[in-house]
Amino acid sequence: MNAPLPIDRVLFGDNQFFGINHMSEEKAHVQQMRFQDLPAVMDVLDAAYQEGIRTFMCTTHDRVAEICDYFRANREKYPDYRFYPCMPYAHKYANAVTEHGMIEALRRFLPEGGAVGAMLKGGLALANKDVDTIMRLLIDAEMKLFQGLSTPVIFVQNVVTDLLLGVGFKQCFRTFHDHVRDAYGAEAGFITMNTPLLLDVLDELGIENPIVCSNINKLGFRMCGGIELYERTIATRRFRPVAMSVLASGVIPPREAIEYVCRQPRIESIVFGASSRGNIRQTKALIDELSLT
Amino acid sequence: MAKSGALGAIHHVRSEAYGPVVLRPKGSTWRSSKNEGGGALYDYACHAVDLVNFIAGVPDSVSGVVRHSVFSNDVEDEVYCSLHYANGASGQLCVNWSDESFRKMSTKVSVWGTNGRITADRQECQIFLREAHASLPDTGRGWTVRYTTDVTEEVWYYLRGEEYSAQIDYFVQSIKSRRSNGENTFRSALEADRVVADILTDRPAPAAAPAAPESKGFLARLSS
Repeated sequence: MNAPLPIDRVLFGDNQFFGINHMSEEKAHVQQMRFQDLPAVMDVLDAAYQEGIRTFMCTTHDRVAEICDYFRANREKYPDYRFYPCMPYAHKYANAVTEHGMIEALRRFLPEGGAVGAMLKGGLALANKDVDTIMRLLIDAEMKLFQGLSTPVIFVQNVVTDLLLGVGFKQCFRTFHDHVRDAYGAEAGFITMNTPLLLDVLDELGIENPIVCSNINKLGFRMCGGIELYERTIATRRFRPVAMSVLASGVIPPREAIEYVCRQPRIESIVFGASSRGNIRQTKALIDELSLT
Repeated sequence: MAKSGALGAIHHVRSEAYGPVVLRPKGSTWRSSKNEGGGALYDYACHAVDLVNFIAGVPDSVSGVVRHSVFSNDVEDEVYCSLHYANGASGQLCVNWSDESFRKMSTKVSVWGTNGRITADRQECQIFLREAHASLPDTGRGWTVRYTTDVTEEVWYYLRGEEYSAQIDYFVQSIKSRRSNGENTFRSALEADRVVADILTDRPAPAAAPAAPESKGFLARLSS
């Protein structure tokens, strides 16, 4: 078996670009206005790049399309740039279902024509509960955004991971894992708020040493099962943790927050988002400094 | 906090809900069909009403109802009205589900009292107290901001928000333990329904209704 692909220590997140802020709706609103045009987004991604952050971990939000276009058009400027797509951007689907109803929404996200299109038209794929087929097609639809770009890790968003985990639809994780490997040569990543429970299921499915991205912060914020269980899980179980929400939305002072995460053994990466060069530099420098000690 | 008495006598409440549900005329789901329970009143305003009822009590009457369609043919897309309490307090309800400037449904409640104001939304709770109050010992004079991180109770399984996770867990546990006196009751559902019914009929406050014999409509009074 091949050695697992290394993940960068620092990944750049995208919440700030899409009006997502877990601390303040007002702040989210201001950011949404600030980042409505691509140049404002690119300024921040450029700043992160200059600070040595080579990986953009982003949802499959419609607006990511223009970011991808930019990177495709400017390859020579960012020769080593990587995307870690996180799918799906749930509101895109929720809005479509609201507007078109379940079946029609699904049809709109799937390719026109073809055997499956026809099957779906007759409701056959759904009637047969052919979830695997539909899931693979939905992944392909999402991945179209990233055509021609490097996507070595592909994540499934926590809203889907935790729904599937909660209802016990475990086989989907295997389908996701195998499809991103076979069709995109990528490693599957799983975002979750329920890491210990997810690991049990991934173990059961034989998905070894999985990349799992979850909240890891000193407050224990959104770490289901509790902070002690998380610490124990990180220390003892075989998986590749990616820490998000390390600042718990800005509640924990940066040094304290990063010190905590860097103290946990075997955390491979930290993902964070920021809107200013100063904050990017500070956070990156703290991770670099505290990762060494 | 609103019920603690720290705000003094509550004299106004405002409940707002905005979001991007219906953004074009063509709709093919139950949401655009009145007969199937669609419309911003049933789908969005109910939540805003329920919050008012919980935080400030059930209003005694409503007035000035605006139920307009922005895009829909069969249902309303925005609902505005005034709320009235028997003790003289008032409120406003502002609901619009045809607002694309919001990424998803966004709800905000504000309560004004003689000793200050509280505004709460999904992420934070902003409190302004003119004077500190014994019932809220952690909240001093002036502004205090509490974030979702410190007011939210952790859930044992997280799915798309602590509130939804806790709610579905509580619901399942209620079924399992045959609990019938839980957090949510038919009473609170009926109270929300009653306010909705008042909005539908825009029933004037009983006290404001003129005595029957002299009663004349607005147009009749204009022409007399």
